[in-house]
Amino acid sequence: MADEMMRFTQTLGESLRERGVSRRGFLKFCTATASMMALPPTMVPAIAAALEKARRPSVIWLSFQECTGCTESLTRSHSPTVENLIFDHISLDYHHTLQAAAGEAAEAAREAAMHENEGKYLVVVDGSIPLANPGFSTIAGVSNLQMLEETVKGAAAVVAVGTCAAFGGLPHANPNPTGAVSVSDIVKDKPVVNVSGCPPIPTVITGVLAHFLTFGELPELDHLGRPMTFYGQSIHDRCYRRPFYDKGLFAETFDDEGARKGWCLYRLGCKGPMTYNACATTRWNQGTSWPVESGHGCLGCSEPNFWDTGGFYNALSIPDSDITRNIGAVVAGGVVLGAAAGALNRSKRASAAAKHETVTIDDLDKTS
Amino acid sequence: MSTPTDFLLWVRGPGFDIALVIFLIGVIIRLLEVLVLGRKPDLAEARGTEMGPGLRTVFTRTLPESGSMKRSPFTVVGGYVWHIGFLICLFLFVPHIELINSTLGVKWPGLPSNLVDAVAAVTIVTLLAMLFSRLNHPVKRFLSGPEDYLTWLVTFLPMLTGYLAYHRMIDPYPLVLGLHILSVEVLMVVFPFTKLMHAFTFIFARWYNGAMAGRRGVQS
Amino acid sequence: MSGATLERGLNAFREQMNAPVAAFFSSCVNCGMCAEACLFYTETGDPKYTPINKLEPFRRVWEREYTIFGKIKSMLGLTKPVTDELLAEWEELIYDGCTLCGRCSMVCPVGNDVSYMIRRAREGFVAAGYAPDGIKNASRRAVTIGSPMGVKFPALQAQIKHVEADTGLEIPLDKAGADYMALLSSMEIINFPEYLEALARIFKQAGVSWTISSEAFEATNSGIQIGASDIARELVGRVVDAAEKLKVKYVISPECGHAYTAIRWEGPNLIGRPYNFKVIHILELLDELRASGRIKTEGTDDDRLTFHDPCQIVRKGGVLESPRNLLNMVTSEFVDMKDHREMNWCCGGGGGVSAIERAEELRLKVFKRKTSQLEELKVDKLVTACANCRLVMEEGLEEYKLEIPIVGLTEMIAEYLVEDKE
Repeated sequence: MADEMMRFTQTLGESLRERGVSRRGFLKFCTATASMMALPPTMVPAIAAALEKARRPSVIWLSFQECTGCTESLTRSHSPTVENLIFDHISLDYHHTLQAAAGEAAEAAREAAMHENEGKYLVVVDGSIPLANPGFSTIAGVSNLQMLEETVKGAAAVVAVGTCAAFGGLPHANPNPTGAVSVSDIVKDKPVVNVSGCPPIPTVITGVLAHFLTFGELPELDHLGRPMTFYGQSIHDRCYRRPFYDKGLFAETFDDEGARKGWCLYRLGCKGPMTYNACATTRWNQGTSWPVESGHGCLGCSEPNFWDTGGFYNALSIPDSDITRNIGAVVAGGVVLGAAAGALNRSKRASAAAKHETVTIDDLDKTS
Repeated sequence: MSTPTDFLLWVRGPGFDIALVIFLIGVIIRLLEVLVLGRKPDLAEARGTEMGPGLRTVFTRTLPESGSMKRSPFTVVGGYVWHIGFLICLFLFVPHIELINSTLGVKWPGLPSNLVDAVAAVTIVTLLAMLFSRLNHPVKRFLSGPEDYLTWLVTFLPMLTGYLAYHRMIDPYPLVLGLHILSVEVLMVVFPFTKLMHAFTFIFARWYNGAMAGRRGVQS
Repeated sequence: MSGATLERGLNAFREQMNAPVAAFFSSCVNCGMCAEACLFYTETGDPKYTPINKLEPFRRVWEREYTIFGKIKSMLGLTKPVTDELLAEWEELIYDGCTLCGRCSMVCPVGNDVSYMIRRAREGFVAAGYAPDGIKNASRRAVTIGSPMGVKFPALQAQIKHVEADTGLEIPLDKAGADYMALLSSMEIINFPEYLEALARIFKQAGVSWTISSEAFEATNSGIQIGASDIARELVGRVVDAAEKLKVKYVISPECGHAYTAIRWEGPNLIGRPYNFKVIHILELLDELRASGRIKTEGTDDDRLTFHDPCQIVRKGGVLESPRNLLNMVTSEFVDMKDHREMNWCCGGGGGVSAIERAEELRLKVFKRKTSQLEELKVDKLVTACANCRLVMEEGLEEYKLEIPIVGLTEMIAEYLVEDKE
C-alpha cells in the first residue's frame, strides 16, 4: 500500500525514466502521438513537456456486461510498446482483470482512489449496463447501475471503451433481454467520450488518454461522442479497395476470382460505407492488417446497433425485411382486393346499362 | 430515432415492409380495376388480327412517329433520356441488384458504378429540364395540376438523394443513405395512387390500341 | 321519354367505361404530344384543343367512380364532379373541335386511343343535352326524313333519271338477289352526282350485279356523329333490314368517311349481331375489279396531283392500299404529301363539324394545315374519296384563294374507262 502511494506521487516522466525509456524514445512517442491526432509538429514539445510533468492520473476501470475483449485488445502485446508503458504509468487503481486485489480489498481500493482524487480521476467503462433487472450483472453485490452512478460522482471524465459501453453493444442486440444500455444513457452530467469498436484499436485508446493527459480535456467529438481524430472518416473513404467499388468490381464469394484479386467486398456484406473508425489507416496489430485487407468485409463494429444491421454477409443495400418471405401472401391479398374492385366496377357499369333510357331525337334537348 | 443508424435501420426494415405492401397491393388493385372491366366482343367482321398488331404496337409505339419527333423533340428526347437513365440507375447499379436479388431472387450483371454515376448526373439534369418544360410549354402547363408536380418530385428525390449518397455529400453516411431509401419508399407509396401507374398500364393501353386498329387492318 | 338530363348523361358515361378506356385514362401522363398531332391545336395554338383535354368530363367519372382511390379522394372532397356547367363549356371542344380523325391515337406514347374515347364520351354529352344544334338537327332530319340533309327518295329518283339519260344505262332499284347494294351519302346526291354516274358506267363495264334500295339509300349516319348509339342503331338498322330483305351479298359503302365507320365497324355492334352480308368500300371493290382485270382504263391524268386520305376510310377504316393502287392506274404524276396515308391530316370537317354552323370559322382556320401540305407539294389537282372532305376542302381552298380543283377518285376512274370513249 505504501509502495503504491509512492508510485502515485511520481510524475510520468520520472516513471518512464525509471523504466529505462530514453528521452529519445519518449520524444518519438510524442511525435507519433501528435501525428496520429493530426496535431502539427510544433505541438510536439508541448506534448512532451506536458506528459513529462503529468501526475499519473488515477484511473478507475469499471467492467460491466462485457466479454473482456477490450481489455485483451489493449493489453495483449508480444513486445513492450510505449503505448503499453503509458498504460502501465497510469495509476490503474481498479481493474478486475489486471488488479491483484480481490473482494473487499479491491472495493476498498476503489473507494480510496475516488476519495483521494476527487474531481480528478478518470473512469473507464467497458461493457453495457443492464436495466431490466439489476441482478443480471453485479460486482460484490452492487448492481452495475449503482456502481456506475456512485463512481462517476467525483470523476473528471468518463471513457466508454468498446461498443458495449459506448452504444450497448452485443447485449443490446435484438431482443435485448437484459435491457442493456450504454454509459451515455446513464451518465448525463460528466463529459463522456465513446471509444467504440468491438474491440477498439489499442492506439486509439492510448491516443485519447494521451490527449487528456496533455490538454487536460477530451478531444473534439463527433455526433456520437467519438473522438473525431479516429472516428471522423469512414472506412469506405480510406479503404484501399475503394477504386474497385467505384469501378463496380466486386467479389461475389470468398474464393472467387474477384476475392483473389482483392476486389471490393460490398456484395459480401462489407459495412465500410457506414462505419467510422481508423482501421483502414491505423490498422491492427501494430499496423499488420485489418479485416478488409485480410479478405473479410467490415462488420461495422464501431457503430451503434451493428449486430442488428442486417447481417454481416448481407450487402448494405439489402433490406431487413420480413415481407420478402411472405410476398406470395401479399400478392394474393392484392389479387383478392383487386378482383373485388373490378367486380364493383362491372356492377356499376351493369346497373348503368340497366338504367339506360333510349336516346331518341325527342331527347336531344333538355326539357327544363 | 436516436441515431442516424437507427433511422437507417428503420427505413431499411419496417419502412421497406410498409412501402412494399402498399405498393404491391395498390398496383394489383389498380391493374385489376382496369382489366376486369373487359370489353364487349367486336361483332364486325375483322380485316386483320388483334394479337399480332397489339403486341407489335406495345413495342413500336416506343419509337416516335416522325411528325411528333419534329414537333415535340424536347418531350421525346428528354423523355427517353430520363426514363432510360432512371432505369439504368435502378437496375444496373450493383447495390440495387443486390437489393432486388434479396427481395425477388433474381440477379444480373451490373454496370461499372462510376458509369452509373455519370448516367445519374445526366438524368438529374434532364429531370430538371423536364420540369422547366412542363412549367413553360403552353400545352403541358395547361394540362398540369398538383398530381403532375407531385409525381415529378417523388421521382426526382430518389435520383437526387441517390446521387448525394453515392458521393457521400451529407454526413454521416447512414443519414444520407436513409434519406435515399426513404425517398424511394415515398415513391412506392405514392405510385399506385397516381399516373405513375402508366409504368404498368401503358402495356395494356398500347395493346388495346394496336389490337383495335389491327382488327381494322391498320398498324398503329 | 324524359328529355335530356345531366343524370342521363352521367349514366351514359358510366355505361361507356371499359378496360381500354380505363387503361387509357390510367396511362395518360399529360405529356401534351397528342396536341401536336391535332390540327385544332396546331392551327390555333390554343391548348384547350389538346385531345386528352376534350375528355375531362369523362375522365372525372372514371376517376371518381371507377377507381378505389378516386372514390376515397371524392369522399375527402378532393375531386371535382361533372356538372352542367362543365358539359356546356366542354361541348365545343368535343364537337366543334374534334372530327374523330384519330391522329392523336397514332402518336400517344403510352398508346391511348383518344379518338375511341371521344366517340364514347359523346354518348354522355348527347344524353345530357349538350350537342351543337347543327348536329341535333341533322339527326332529327336523318331519323324523320331519312337523310341528315333532308334528301328524300324523290330527289334521288330525279338524280337517277338524269344519270340514266346521260349514260343510257339502267340504275337498278330494289333488285332482289343482286350481288351488291350501293349506299349513297346525301352529300354525294346533292353536290357530287358524278359519283352515281361513275358507278353506273364502271359496274356496266365490269359486269357487276348491283342495286340501290329505295327504302334505305342513305349512308351517312348522324347518330355516329352526335355520339348517340341509340340513334345510330336506328339509322344503320334501316340499311341492314333493306340489305337483308334484298338478300344482297355485299353492301357498298360510298365515298363518305363516317358512313364507312358506321356500316363497316360500328353497325354489327349496334344491332347486336353480325350481318348476313359483307360490307365493302367502293375503293376496295374498284381495286378488286382492277386486280382481276374487270376494269379497263386507257390514258392517264398527267396533272401533278396528290391524294387526301379521308380519315375514316384510311387511318380508321383500314382501306390502305386501294386508293393508291387505283391512282397508279390512271395518273402519271402522283406525289404523296409528306404526312400521308395513315398519318395524313384531317380536312377539319368530319365527325359532324361541317354540320355545325357556329364552327365554320374554326373549321376554316384549321384548314390552314391542309393548305400548308398542298403548298409544300405545289400540285395542280387534289384527289379524294369522301364527299364531305371534298366539300369542306372546296370551301377551304376558296377561303385561302388556292386554285386547286378537287376530283373524286371513283369519278376519276370512270373518266378513263376504255369503253366510254365517246
